[in-house]
Amino acid sequence: MSNLVTVLDYGVGNILSVARGFEAVGASVNVTTTVEGIENAQRLILPGVGAFAAGMTELKKNHLDSAIIKLAHSGVPLLGICLGMQFLMDSSEEFGETAGLGLIPGKVLPIPPNSHDGDSLIVPHIGWSGLELSGDKKNWDNSILVNTPVHSDVYFVHSFFSQPNNQDHQLAHCVYGGNSLSAVICKENVMGCQFHPEKSGLIGLNILRTFLSI
Amino acid sequence: MQNTRVIARLDIKGPNLIKGIHLEGLRVLGDPHDFAKKYYIEGIDELVYIDIVASLYGRSKLTEIVKNAAKDVFVPMTVGGGIRSVEDVRDLLRAGADKVAISTAAVENPDLIRDVSRFFGSQCMVLSLEAKKQPDSMWEVYTNSGRERTNLNAIDWAKQAEELGAGEILLTSIDAEGTRKGFDLDLIKAITDAVTIPVIASGGMGKAQDLIDAVTIGGVKAVAMADILHYGRDSILDIKNTMHENNIPVRLSHE
Repeated sequence: MSNLVTVLDYGVGNILSVARGFEAVGASVNVTTTVEGIENAQRLILPGVGAFAAGMTELKKNHLDSAIIKLAHSGVPLLGICLGMQFLMDSSEEFGETAGLGLIPGKVLPIPPNSHDGDSLIVPHIGWSGLELSGDKKNWDNSILVNTPVHSDVYFVHSFFSQPNNQDHQLAHCVYGGNSLSAVICKENVMGCQFHPEKSGLIGLNILRTFLSI
Repeated sequence: MQNTRVIARLDIKGPNLIKGIHLEGLRVLGDPHDFAKKYYIEGIDELVYIDIVASLYGRSKLTEIVKNAAKDVFVPMTVGGGIRSVEDVRDLLRAGADKVAISTAAVENPDLIRDVSRFFGSQCMVLSLEAKKQPDSMWEVYTNSGRERTNLNAIDWAKQAEELGAGEILLTSIDAEGTRKGFDLDLIKAITDAVTIPVIASGGMGKAQDLIDAVTIGGVKAVAMADILHYGRDSILDIKNTMHENNIPVRLSHE
């Protein structure tokens, strides 16, 4: 199986760390800024840090957005990381409503400012939190988390989270202040991690390695 | 409850890892990359690199050091020392840093805190606050790695930085730094009481119990340590096990 990974660089986010993470698990990484680069991808990574609307503006500027959607519909594995995962949804409520790529039905919502017992919560959620089985899932077989033990701690930095309409599209969540926040979403070949696998130690690298085998 | 973060602090001078006492009297310990890699493999939660002379001389090798670290270290990295502008921050983030720690330039130009948090998000903007107790028992902010007085009250400065958009405070007690006698718990408590953003205790950790005190008495969300690890006086695993035994949530499994 090919070990090629294309990382999209649209000026937002820590491209180098994502590329190094994939290289550490044996990938051959190609960083692209163009529609052509996306069209040629055998696997595409959509990284991202920062504000949703600003990021979508960058993606739209050079029609990268329609190239990503086309690629995803052709069945090529696509992984969104952090803000890149939030782009997969229909829309975000960050600073007014902004349309996303619409690859996984659902919305991006702010982390509730209160914990479930009413205490105020520090937002952004920064730090290591455990991955938990979502919905009625018994395990993570046949998914990007197949090699990840339940409760594994991974590194999150976010103020917003993705809420898929269909519970089946949420593989894992973390619990922050008693609130469940989606951590890994998946719809066929389209996947997203809210946390940073490239900053989550060996557990995170293992998730990148699993993505390479998809 | 959120896991308490265990952070290794790597003070850098030129290409070398160094360690001092009260941020002075520096001793060269070796290549920072070797130490960073070791701590990563042993399960450290984050790394903090501080170039302790950069603000004096203007230029720093931090970008290269971080770029190099990004090949082998896959946990969050905070980088500080000599950062003066949004452009400096952009360069470091592109080199693989996740956050920047700013001290001197933030005192000289507090708007830098607001600009950095607006451009890159508050999660990126760590205020590095170095404080020293004064005879009138207030804590004064120092800059240039503990060399220069500012006349600023540490508690007021922490509050102002939070309002401007700082996402975290790396709090170093100059009095305790390098002494191995434990953190300045009064200072820590004064700052954690004054702000809602996470505070990282730094300076003075001699044994695992000092960390427990900083968390349970001081109220910090993270602890930065240097020579206890650099000189191998304790291991990350043992420190984390001690935390676990004391009911402090911590990331244990990392494989």
